[in-house]
Parts: sequence; structure tokens; C-alpha cells
Amino acid sequence: MKKIMTTILAGALALSLLAGCGAGGGETTPQNASLAGTVATDGSTSMEKVIGALGEAFENDHEGVTFTYNPTGSGSGITAVAEGRCDIGLASRALKDEEKAKGLKETTLALDGIAVIVHPDNAVKDLDLETVAKIYTGEITNWKELGGSDSEIVLIGREAGSGTRDGFESITGTAEKCLYRQELTSTGDVITSVAGNPAAIGYASLASVKDTVRALSVNGVTPTEDTVKDGSYPVQRPFVLVTKEDKALSAVAQAFFDYATSPEAGEIISHAGAVPVA
Amino acid sequence: MKSKMHLGEDAIRGVFMLLGMVTVACVLLITVYLILAGVPAIREIGLGPFLLGRVWASTAAEPKFGILPFILTSLYGTAGAIVLGVPVGFFTAVYLAKVAGERTRRVVGAAVSLLAGIPSVVYGLVGMMVLVPGVRELFGLSDGASLFSAMVVLSVMILPSIVKMSLTALEAVPREYEDASLALGATPMETYFRVSVPAARSGIAAAVVLGVGRAIGEAMAVMMVSGNVANMPSLFQSVRFLTTAVASEMSYSAEGSLQRKALFSIALVLFLFIMLINAVLNALLKRSREG
Repeated sequence: MKKIMTTILAGALALSLLAGCGAGGGETTPQNASLAGTVATDGSTSMEKVIGALGEAFENDHEGVTFTYNPTGSGSGITAVAEGRCDIGLASRALKDEEKAKGLKETTLALDGIAVIVHPDNAVKDLDLETVAKIYTGEITNWKELGGSDSEIVLIGREAGSGTRDGFESITGTAEKCLYRQELTSTGDVITSVAGNPAAIGYASLASVKDTVRALSVNGVTPTEDTVKDGSYPVQRPFVLVTKEDKALSAVAQAFFDYATSPEAGEIISHAGAVPVA
Repeated sequence: MKSKMHLGEDAIRGVFMLLGMVTVACVLLITVYLILAGVPAIREIGLGPFLLGRVWASTAAEPKFGILPFILTSLYGTAGAIVLGVPVGFFTAVYLAKVAGERTRRVVGAAVSLLAGIPSVVYGLVGMMVLVPGVRELFGLSDGASLFSAMVVLSVMILPSIVKMSLTALEAVPREYEDASLALGATPMETYFRVSVPAARSGIAAAVVLGVGRAIGEAMAVMMVSGNVANMPSLFQSVRFLTTAVASEMSYSAEGSLQRKALFSIALVLFLFIMLINAVLNALLKRSREG
């Protein structure tokens, strides 16, 4: 028995070793070996997945390039680029006028749609933004007030600090006012919980929404990649790259900037859960 | 020749000692680090407001760091898990040790071991998909993610430790005690509960304490079934444990912020609880070995 196990284990190990080699060999083909240096980015925690995927892909394409990302929040990222502490600032909101006045420039990298989700059996199909806010702040507590069944609304959200929560609360204007019944730590957990409770409402990144839950239309607009792109679906925010107007990027940072905003990066961006604009 | 052998002995002894030291060094490192990382926030917030504050709002504009809800939730949750889990575990152990035939014993024993090997995230996932909706239906609640669900999950998770440990204690009871009892005319059941169990009581108590330790330290599974909102605990409310408070906010808290420091302070409180439990466990085990 022991012998068999050992043989199987050894076989599995050998296989995984081979698989590892195969993958490694495929990824590290350098396309452009002349670039070298560091691209430093700083800012929005919500952009972690998108920027992480882009950075990783960029590093794989260019040997000798180091990509860094400091998740500090949109405000800190904008300050960091203004003070020259990083190459590219990351913000999950549009720049304010006074920030633009300081000589900062925004380039929208992608759009992030947040779907408001309910159980598939829920009779409610559409809510306006104001009603969503009222539900989350506890002004409306029963589905029958919205034309649904007579059951208490169960509010499901994300933990404090989550980018999705930050995005949802800032768009609906409910920051620090949401009366959550559950604060879960991942998009998947939110979807599983909503799928398991006919009275639940939750929010999740549009790209992760599956058939087990139904995404509500907001203000009459169904959330899809197209409605997020044309701006008609309201629960969305831009992911922007912030740069300085008067100061050129370093060669390597410019190469990353061009890569991230090119159509080729689109697939990586949508894979990371956002809607590319390029 | 002899000195050469001595040299070899010494070398091996040195290696073993070094390896032993690694464990000790880890414990020391963690202890020192937790104290260093945990104390500043307590100092900043104040011990009273930190331990007895009822509101936790770490990311609010005016943050509040009161962890009384987490402490009480962890205590209640653990107590609930013990109340639900110990009777089942204890009687399973008595059954396996004294009553069951060799085959049942092997099958049930294997099942119990398997239970111990299931990763906690799997407990959480099953709890989330089966238990939480079940609790909602059964008690007519709007949502089943609650302290009660966490207690149920924890009680199942501590079963293996309780069964195994009690089993070992019961098996260590000398055969002569039971023979004497039976010879005096006691029935087998009387013998098990009046002779075997009292003789093994320190070991069984140690099993319970081990269960407490396992339950209070569990994070992943309870995070998925307890709702994770920082309410004061109530049986069917969404609650947050000491462990989940640390786990759910750590990844987002900014380096050097008071929030991050306060999370380390929570970890320190949890660490002290577990140290206390370990001390009790060691005392009990010592007594069971001596008695």
C-alpha cells in the first residue's frame, strides 16, 4: 500500500515538475529585451486585479523590467504622482478639477461595473439608484414595498476596505451608512450567499456575476459590458491612470502606459473583471 | 575509535537540539512580534475603550476600535460549540472504547480521522450552502448566517479532537478496574460510567480544553457562516469573531495605520486567550498522567 502511494506521489511530483517547466518556458520569451528599469504605480486598491494582471504581463514580455504597485488608495496615489513619488498614479474615480489644475492628467484605462444582484426567484427586476441607497441605509426594509414578496430584505455586502464596497457606497452615496446583515470577504462568497437566500440583495463586480443570481437593472438599464461602456448603466466608475502634464514618463513607464492603454491589453483587463475602453 | 563514535553522537545530538530550537525560536519570535505589534494601538486607544468598547468602525471618518463584540462572540461561540459538540464526542468515545465491536470501531475511527482532515474552508463552504439556508428555513429567519450557524460548524470541527483524546484516555484505564467492578455485580454500562469514565476524567477534561482551543482559533469556516458584521453577539444575529476580525480586514488595512495596529492588538488578545487555554490543557494533562 505504502509502495503504491509512494509511486503515485513520485509520479505526480514528476508531472507537476514537467508542467511547471512547460509553462515557465512559454511565458518568458522576451519580446523586447532593450527595455530595463522600474515602473512604479501607486493608488487605488480596487484596481489591484487589473493593474496586477497588466503588470505581470508586461514583466513577462520585457525581461529586466520590474513592476511595482503600492495599494494605498486613490487619493494617496494621486498625491504620490503629483509629488513625483511614483511614475503612474492609479485612481478609481475621475480627477477633480482642482487636481487637474495642479497639472495632472487622467487617462481612462477601464470601467468597473458593479452589478446589484438578487436571488433569481425575486420578483423585483429594476430599481433606481435612490431606492438602492434607501435599501442599504435601512429606509426600505421589506421587498413588498418594492412590489416583491413579503419578506425582510437581507443586505449582503463586502468587508470594510474592499474596493467594490468603496465603489458601491460612493456611487450610491451610502458610505458608512449601510446596515449590512453580512459582510463577506470575497465576490464569490457574496454571490453564493445571495444565491442561497431569496430575500437577499448584494453587489458584485459585473464580470463575476453568474447565472445563480440575477443582476437587477438600475434606472431601467441592464448592466452589460456595452451599457457600462456607453455610460448608461449608473453603478460604475472609471479606473484611471494619472500622470503629470508637464513631465514626460521614463521610457519604460511610457512603454507600460502605451501597453496598458492599447487594444491588446483589453483581454487582460476584461479577464481581471473590468471593461476595457481602448 | 571510541572518541570517533562520541563525535558522531555529539554531532547528531547537536543537530537534534538545533531542530528543537527552531520550534522554540518560532514561538518566541511570534510572541515578541505580537507584543511589539499589538501594544502600540492598545496604548493609543486605551485598554479600557479597546477591550470594553462596543463599537468597531475601523474605516469610518471617526474610527472606533472597541472589540468587546468580538471577545464576547468568540467566548459564546466557543461555549456553544462545546455544549453541542462535547456530548456527541464524549459518547462516541465511550461507545468506541467500550461497546463497539472491532469492525464498527475501525470504520467509525476512520470516519472521525477523516473529519479531522477536512480543510476548514470546506466546512465553511458546506456551511454556507447547506447549513445557512437550513438554519434560515428551520427558524424562520430572514437570514441564516448567525452565531448559531457558527456554533454548529465549530461543534462538528472539534469532534475529532474530543473523540480521539477521550478515546485515548478511556483506553488507558487499567482493565483490572473494570474487571473488579464487573465481578462485584455491576452491569457493563454501570462499569463504564461509574468506573472507566471517572478514571479517565482528566484526559476527557483535556479533550474538552483541546476542543476549546481549536474552536477559538478557527477563522475560515466561521467567517463564511457567521455573517461577519461587528454586532454585539446574539444567537441569530450576524456576528464577528476575534479571528475573523483580524482576517477580514488585514489585507486592506494600510501599512502603519491605526487600523492595522489595532488588528495586531486583536491578534494579541486572541493569543493570550489561547495561551491561557494551553496552560489549562497542560495542567490537566499533567494531572491525568500523575493520577
